[in-house]
Amino acid sequence: MKISHRALLGATVSLTLAGAAMAETTITVATVNNGDMIRMQGLMDDFNAKHPDITVEWVTLEENVLRQNVTTDIATGGGQYDVLTIGTYEVPIWGKQGWLTSLNDLPAEYDVDDLLPAIRGGLTVDGNLYAAPFYGESSMVMYRTDLMEAAGLTMPEAPTWADIEKAAAAMTNKDAGIYGVCLRGKAGWGENMAFLTAMSNSFGARWFDENWNPQFDQPEWKATLDFYLNLMNNYGPPGASNNGFNENLTLFNQGKCGMWIDATVAASFVTGKDSTVADKVGFALAPDNGLGKRGNWLWAWSLAIPSSSDAPDAAKTFINWATSKGYLELVASKEGWANVPPGTRTSLYENPEYQKVPFAKMTLDSINAADPTNPTVKPVPYVGVQFVAIPEFQGLGTTVGEIFSAALAGQKTADEALAEAQTAVADEMKAAGYIQ
Amino acid sequence: MARAVSPRRRMFTTIAAWSVALIIFFPVLWMILTSFKTEASAVASPPELFSADWTVENYVEVWSRSDYPRFFWNSVVISLGSTLLGLAIAIPAAWAMAFVPGRRTKDLLMWMLSTKMMPAVAVMIPLYLLFLRLGLIDTRIGLVLALMLMNLPIIVWMLYTYFKEIPGEILEAARMDGASLPKEILYVLTPIALPGIASTLLLNVILAWNEAFWTIVLTTTKAAPLSAFIASFSAPQGLFYAKLSAASTLAIAPILILGWFSQKQLVRGLTFGAVK
Repeated sequence: MKISHRALLGATVSLTLAGAAMAETTITVATVNNGDMIRMQGLMDDFNAKHPDITVEWVTLEENVLRQNVTTDIATGGGQYDVLTIGTYEVPIWGKQGWLTSLNDLPAEYDVDDLLPAIRGGLTVDGNLYAAPFYGESSMVMYRTDLMEAAGLTMPEAPTWADIEKAAAAMTNKDAGIYGVCLRGKAGWGENMAFLTAMSNSFGARWFDENWNPQFDQPEWKATLDFYLNLMNNYGPPGASNNGFNENLTLFNQGKCGMWIDATVAASFVTGKDSTVADKVGFALAPDNGLGKRGNWLWAWSLAIPSSSDAPDAAKTFINWATSKGYLELVASKEGWANVPPGTRTSLYENPEYQKVPFAKMTLDSINAADPTNPTVKPVPYVGVQFVAIPEFQGLGTTVGEIFSAALAGQKTADEALAEAQTAVADEMKAAGYIQ
Repeated sequence: MARAVSPRRRMFTTIAAWSVALIIFFPVLWMILTSFKTEASAVASPPELFSADWTVENYVEVWSRSDYPRFFWNSVVISLGSTLLGLAIAIPAAWAMAFVPGRRTKDLLMWMLSTKMMPAVAVMIPLYLLFLRLGLIDTRIGLVLALMLMNLPIIVWMLYTYFKEIPGEILEAARMDGASLPKEILYVLTPIALPGIASTLLLNVILAWNEAFWTIVLTTTKAAPLSAFIASFSAPQGLFYAKLSAASTLAIAPILILGWFSQKQLVRGLTFGAVK
């Protein structure tokens, strides 16, 4: 009986130790509310089965609130979050400040070389990968094939701005409530300035020269703004200065826009069940002006680990799962290939099944056409295609966005708007110490 | 003697009152209607007041996607807890200011109120750091303390206004009969001021329930109340309006019902002393 008591005691101790070894690690993932992120939360059974020792808790917040909370937490070393959903704007800034943990040591099967080069470049600082892309997007032209056909025109696969103007003029029928082109006009660094900054690259404009001097007084910006205002005033919908992504999506889906140049992620919406023109939509690359740069942007929602996390290994395990090739296959098996998070991996676009998705090729081509480290014709001191990756840009972008939106509303001329933007940006850059 | 009101004037007043009420309630009505629309109908242009195809799908999805009861319970604990704690501190404070005023009482009251005029974001980092060091981030007790501190000036001011209306002689009589200070406050002052205390309680429960800055900044998963629940349905590009409306309706429904049933008490409390 003594032996059996000992055996029982030994077994109890072993089980306790084993239990301790299997102790659960809880990680908190901060994320934004979009379709792909919500889908991931619905597929957590797969992760839980593979990693029963890790419990994942979610905090879902609106993008700007998330940015504020996460910044506060990282700056104070709070450690409330273990995985962050952040954009390509934050990664270069936060990476440089030492706020993020490097992901250079992800396992070999993760195949980091499979990440699309443009996206990977935007998430790398000084050779360190600071975030793993969950989905990537660019911008492109979405147009009505029926209206183009009725106008006797064909949209080139890689149109110029002159092609866009010509098509807009031909498709506009204001009496029928159809406007040739719908573009963002609502003020905001992520609204009209995302579009206009990307557009200005194709006109050879830049926010700053190599010495951080603002460039709104240069002819390239004048050409950009003049073209935008003429296009929108002649062929755009009324009240366009209030239109952002959502408003233009509604207009396009209701058949009121001939063309819409916006995020590639919108392709699934304009061809989805809520669109009245779902079967009449074609896609083309964002326009250029023959200067070697197109007017498309580059954005990726990515997963990163704050340096304040107390469970970086578990966080890395989660990121490895959520941004792996296996996750893409998991989504495809449950929800179909059209619902796989796009724009992150080369292998996805080599997959014959995914190649059947109508907007797959154009999304890849658009992403590949963007270069965040060399966004415009002339050299620049910053990273970012539709933004400038410096902490001051959110404020600067919104200020300039308000000025340009007022110009679209007819409250000031293009020249007045550019002069005002130049002064506002120069003052802020002086105050921030970039220039004397 | 009350003046007779002409039927014409009565009708005009009634129409004006209903119009103002409708204007104030319209955004809430719009939100409730939107919560029963499809996403396409929710963003239709021009906007549709009534949808062609009503649905409860938004509620089903909102309910299945998040742990509503947990958010709800956190809201109940935080709003009630912060209000009761605030009352426990504010009743003696308001008593002292109303019945034993000093030379600086008026200045003190104004100073207390002035703290409400400061933007919350101005003290965000210091308070966050303080809570971090004290281990109060993402705890219900932390939010109870934070919201109590935020609303304390209002509670003190409201109670001070009610207490000022109570004749000091009543309390004096109690003292003459040998009542100690705690007994005077508990058994004499509180019952007389009960309507005022009740309306203060209700108003502060509503304020705490609707608070959406600190409750989002100071919580992540465990102590997050319904304000964080709503925020989780707000999308970066303004999509999913119908689901956001469903989440908002679920979040405000309890406090809307409470407000409806206690409106008499609230109006009575808020207009107390306004007309003499």
